[in-house]
Amino acid sequence: MIEFADVGHRYGDRVVLSGVDLRLAEQRVAFVGANGSGKSTLARMINGLVPPTSGRVRVDGLDPSRDGREVRRRVGFVFANPDSQIVMPTAGEDVAFSLRRSGLSKRERAERAAQALAEYGLDGYADHPAHQLSGGQKQLLALCAMLVLDPDVLVCDEPTTLLDLRNKRRFVERLTGLRQQIVLVTHDLDLLESFDRVIVLDEGRVVADDRPEHALRHYRTLVT
Amino acid sequence: MTGWYEPGTSPLHRIPAGWKFLAVLALAALVFALRSPVWLGGVCAAVLLGYAVARVTPRRCLQLARMLGMLVLLVFAMQWWLLGAGQALVVCLRIVAALAAANLFTVTTRVEDLVFAVERGLRPFTRLGVRPDRVGLLIGLTLQAVAALSMISAEVREAAKARGAERSIPAFAVPFLVRTLRHADELGEALAARGEGDG
Repeated sequence: MIEFADVGHRYGDRVVLSGVDLRLAEQRVAFVGANGSGKSTLARMINGLVPPTSGRVRVDGLDPSRDGREVRRRVGFVFANPDSQIVMPTAGEDVAFSLRRSGLSKRERAERAAQALAEYGLDGYADHPAHQLSGGQKQLLALCAMLVLDPDVLVCDEPTTLLDLRNKRRFVERLTGLRQQIVLVTHDLDLLESFDRVIVLDEGRVVADDRPEHALRHYRTLVT
Repeated sequence: MTGWYEPGTSPLHRIPAGWKFLAVLALAALVFALRSPVWLGGVCAAVLLGYAVARVTPRRCLQLARMLGMLVLLVFAMQWWLLGAGQALVVCLRIVAALAAANLFTVTTRVEDLVFAVERGLRPFTRLGVRPDRVGLLIGLTLQAVAALSMISAEVREAAKARGAERSIPAFAVPFLVRTLRHADELGEALAARGEGDG
C-alpha cells in the first residue's frame, strides 16, 4: 500500500506538487499529466529518490526518506532513458549487478542473470555490450534488472517514451503479466485500457482520479 | 580502449582476471624499466603473440593498429625532434607494448570478473577503511562511462553536422557538457534506485 498524505514539493520558489492525498492499493495505477505536471516527482517519492518538502509518504507503513533501503528493496524503478539506468558494460553483468547483495556466488549470480534475461526475451545476450542493444531491448534489460530482485511494487517513469509502437505494446504486455503492483507514469494513453485506476495531475495537483475511461476523458478535455 | 570483452575459450580468456590484471601492471612496469630496443621489441612481439593466442578477430586487431599507429606516429615525430631517433624508438616501443597489453586484457576479460577480482584483492584492506565493493563499482562505472561518453559525443557531433556546424567548438561543447551532466544526474538517480548507497 502506497500512501500520500497532503504531500507537497517545491524546488526553490517553484511549486511542483501541492496537497496530494492518495492511497494506492490497486494493482495497476497510472499517473497521467502534461510535462511539468509533477507526475515524475510524485513517482520518485515512492522509492525515496525525491523527499516531499511537506506532508508524508508511506510505503507499507515505511517512510521512504527515512527507511530508504528497506523501501527500495520493495520498490523497483524503471526510468525513461535506459542508457542512464544500465550501469554495467554487458547485459549479463548489469542484471548480476542487481544481485550483488543477494549472497549468491559469482557463478550463481551469472546463472540467475542469464535465466532472467531469457525470461524477458533477451536469451543469449548475457555477454552482449549493453549499449549496443536496440532501444526496446535496453528497456527490457532495465526492467529485467529490476524484476530479478522480485520487488512488490514496480514504478515506471515514462518507460515507453523512446520506444516504437511494437516495442511499446510488447513492454506493456510484459508489465500486464507481472504479479507486482505497477505505478506507471506515461503519455501513452492507449496503453491504459486495462488499468484499475488513472490519476490525472495538472500543475502539481490531482485533478482527476477514476477508472481509465473517465479519467482519460477528463485529461483530454484538459489539454484541448 | 578500442572496445569490450569478446567471449572466447582461449588460455588467455581462462586465466583468472586478478592474475591477468597484475600481469598487465607488471608488464607496464617492466617496459618502463627496460632501455634496450631489442628487449622492448621482444616484449612487443610477445604481446602481439598474445593476440594470436586469444584469437582476437582481425577487425579488432585492425582497430587497435589504426589507433596505435596514429598515436605512435605522432609521438615518434615529437620525440625524434626533441631527443633523437634512438630515444624515440624506445618510447614508441614502450607505448605499443603497454597499450597493446592493456587492450588485450580488456578483450579477454569480463568486466565483472575484474571487478570481482579487485574486490577480493582489496578485502584485506577493509580494516584500513577501504571499501572493496565501492572500488569495484568504480571500475565498472568508469568503463561504462567511456561507452556512454563516446555515444553522447557521436550523437552531438551528428547533430552539429546536421546544422552545418561541424567546425564550431561551442556547437559541440555546449550540448556535450549539458548531456554529460544530465547523464551523470540520471545515472546517480538510477544507482540510488538500485540500492547503491543504502549501505
